[in-house]
Amino acid sequence: MEGQLSCKHLLGNLSDYVDGELAQEFCAEIERHLAECENCQVVVNTLRKTVEIVHLTSEEIMLPEAIHHRLFACLQIPEPKRADPSE
Amino acid sequence: MSEDKAPIQKFSLDRLRAGDRVEFARFVEETSPAIYRLALRILNDPQDAEDALQETYLKAMRAIASFEGRSSLTTWLYRIAVNEALMMVRKQRPQIRVEDEPEDEEGEAGQGMQIVDWCCLPERELVSDEARRFINMAIADLPENLRTTFVLRDVEGLSIKETAEALEISEMNVKTRLLRARLKMRESLSSYYAERMQEGLA
Repeated sequence: MEGQLSCKHLLGNLSDYVDGELAQEFCAEIERHLAECENCQVVVNTLRKTVEIVHLTSEEIMLPEAIHHRLFACLQIPEPKRADPSE
Repeated sequence: MSEDKAPIQKFSLDRLRAGDRVEFARFVEETSPAIYRLALRILNDPQDAEDALQETYLKAMRAIASFEGRSSLTTWLYRIAVNEALMMVRKQRPQIRVEDEPEDEEGEAGQGMQIVDWCCLPERELVSDEARRFINMAIADLPENLRTTFVLRDVEGLSIKETAEALEISEMNVKTRLLRARLKMRESLSSYYAERMQEGLA
């Protein structure tokens, strides 16, 4: 179809698309393309999943108690009592 | 900590500027988990991340008196932290520094992409200990300019605008770098998970 969105055009806007930052009409255009292009579907899904997994695994990174303690010692500031020590 | 990113400003700037150590301690207490996570994601080494963390706050402590408030306090702190982490990267492996990506708009996007749908892999495979180590390495292998953008946006959850302020680049530039970083991460994870799928079939 003439004027149809190309895979390359979709790729260029992929980040904004998965972040939900595109205008509604453009999203609809992308979705029409996705309905017919299996490769782009895979790229969109795996990109979304990539961001999700990185976010998920990053949330679990805690500041170890020992590093917290040494930080306050190095700055010579009073160390507040921690309500929920994380290890 | 349960928040996605360092909490928004809730400190007395006047007290911080005046060198109030109790207020500074509150500031460190609130923001240090996020700054440590940022440093660890950029450096992928707990000792280096600790050094970057300490240097960040030492620098912030010295500079807070002249903080002008043009960006939020948190964004200002992130800017210091990114710079400290990058200095550490250069000390860490000066000889094998991953080159920055060129900033031109026309990327190589779309060339030789992996088309494997690994989203259906079970959760235990997606976030296994081995997968986590692979993810840590994949982030650390991103070129510096992509890595800092990716970590601020997708690890710390900063907005495009906040990321642009923290890196002192345009929002357009953040978007370009973010897309490239995400595509590279997708490629890396696709290779990794495609192998896991093959193993599963074998």
